[in-house]
Amino acid sequence: MHKTIEQIHERIRDGNARVVTAEEMPAIVAELGEKGALKEVDVVTTGTFGAMCSSGAFLNFGHAEPPIRMERIWLNNVEAYGGLAAVDTYIGATQQSDTLEAEYGGAHVLEDLVAGKSVELRASSHGTDCYPRRTITTDLLLENLNQAIMCNPRNAYQRYNAATNTTDRTLHTYMGTLLPGTGNISYSGAGVLNPISNDPQFRLIGSGVPIFLCGAPGMIVGEGTQASPAGGFGTLMVTGDLKQMSQDYLRAATMTGYGVTLYVGLGVPLPVLDLDVVRATAVRDEDIRVDILDYSVPGRSRPTVKNVTYAELRSGMVDINGEEVRTSSLSSYRKAREVAQELKSWVEKGSIRLTLPTRPIDTTKQAHPIHQTTPGPRVLDIMCRSVITVSENEEITTAAKKLLKGEANHLPVVNGNGVLVGIVTTFDISKAVANPGKAHLVRDIMKKKVITATADESVDIAVQKLEQNNISALPVIDHQQHVIAILTAMDLGKLFGGRWLK
Amino acid sequence: MKLLVNFSRGKGRKPIIAQVVRDTGVLINVERALIDSSEGEALIEVPDEQCKLVRDSMANLGANVRILEHGIHHDESECIDCGACISVCPREVFTFDEEWKLNVEEEKCILCGKCIDACPHRALSLPL
Ligand code: SF4
Ligand code: SF4
Repeated sequence: MHKTIEQIHERIRDGNARVVTAEEMPAIVAELGEKGALKEVDVVTTGTFGAMCSSGAFLNFGHAEPPIRMERIWLNNVEAYGGLAAVDTYIGATQQSDTLEAEYGGAHVLEDLVAGKSVELRASSHGTDCYPRRTITTDLLLENLNQAIMCNPRNAYQRYNAATNTTDRTLHTYMGTLLPGTGNISYSGAGVLNPISNDPQFRLIGSGVPIFLCGAPGMIVGEGTQASPAGGFGTLMVTGDLKQMSQDYLRAATMTGYGVTLYVGLGVPLPVLDLDVVRATAVRDEDIRVDILDYSVPGRSRPTVKNVTYAELRSGMVDINGEEVRTSSLSSYRKAREVAQELKSWVEKGSIRLTLPTRPIDTTKQAHPIHQTTPGPRVLDIMCRSVITVSENEEITTAAKKLLKGEANHLPVVNGNGVLVGIVTTFDISKAVANPGKAHLVRDIMKKKVITATADESVDIAVQKLEQNNISALPVIDHQQHVIAILTAMDLGKLFGGRWLK
Repeated sequence: MKLLVNFSRGKGRKPIIAQVVRDTGVLINVERALIDSSEGEALIEVPDEQCKLVRDSMANLGANVRILEHGIHHDESECIDCGACISVCPREVFTFDEEWKLNVEEEKCILCGKCIDACPHRALSLPL
């Protein structure tokens, strides 16, 4: 048995359609069976409300007299894209204000416009024969714009890996505040209500499908950027009329230490055509799995701490190595429910018309990392190979002499096997000399906790280590923990010698 | 009742809290304390009826004492009920109710400030 879209439309018109949210569906299928559910339910509505950084809007301001071809554009001091002639722009959600930085950005401009507040437009141009004007400043309301079309390249992630932090300091990430020592777990996503999780084969979700976007009727453009549906990480590119949106479902936010983002409410109605749709929409939080990644690694290959379901994450606690760790969500489940509910009433009223995709989304796609033709600078490019070390059993005076002779401020300390065991600085030695006491040997005064770098590590990571630990040198070690070089703040100067910044 | 006590540690480093406990016999619960070489700040909890007694004894010992009537301030109009604040609070001030709405038990708050930066929507702030 199967139903057609027309049959469903007919039932909606007659007021007989049964529309449910994706949260209600699992229980209905459990009660009526798959065939019973297919007969009973006509449409399942989904919803999600969370941080969707890759969002923004095209705006058209209309022409001024004399006219200007805007080349650089700011809205409330947030720069918008100036590469679209002449009075068009794209304002991206994460662009930060030139003056308020992370406390105000493109997302706030969008929210202010939707809230009916006036926004200051400032633009400049070099002036042409046809567009002589060079500057313009004016206050605008959303209603003053010819068009304000939200177009979000990457929204509605199917699921998102959760985050934790095994370092001994608090991390501020786009996944929120991560407490030290696996102090908490942060996750995002609506799980059972997530649109793509209810149609992972993209049979109903694709180009041209009408959706709920920030309170306005919107549409799926197609595959979102960085979509990886083959691995269960699909995304959508979506669009909608900003002028019809509501602040209830569009909110600017700032992730401390990371930056500005936009919270977007998005829902897709799924017509229940056949048993495959029933099975897909019967998905529960228990069925959707994500990894909890350790954000202590500042690279792409973050280790997985545990694989969990949304049900576990939402329970508020996850057991990690025998310890109960509390979870926090960045997205709002309450709001996701509101989106699905609101969309349900739209479908019931017939104010949103269901359609099948006009073009399917390729479900075999997998996103790749960037194709890098020029690797960024690595530690080995700038490290100082003529490093002097000292043995832990040497006299402090020997170390002092070595420092003087090598004109260095840092002396890595090694044991009898040449393995790094500590570090001493000119400061440590001056201190020992100024307060002569029991300490005679290097090992008595060395710092045993040494922060190190490896030769093939990116310079950016090394710089981060220097900054975070408030130090000025990193011994560079090999796999056997032997010191092969040292990287000091001074070596960083080589980067600006023109070698890398051509 | 919660009291915020500020004291300088210049004069002989008197153990103010211990002294007040001995003088008044009131059991003081230290919720958090930040003490460095020159000054200290402690948030203490005392039974309501003995609040005045403790406050006066501390003031007599040179401390600056303020009664804290409010915990963290939660702006409902900015809050979107995400729950990002829940796991960062050491006192479990935040929970979800059955409708996934944020519930704030202000009286548990010790004003440590940890949740403020963790809220993406700037809905949390210290009370005035
Ligand atoms: S200030 Fe501290 S104790 Fe109070 S709610 Fe925030 S995190 Fe919890
Ligand atoms: S983090 Fe902020 S927005 Fe989220 S639930 Fe807590 S107070 Fe509300």
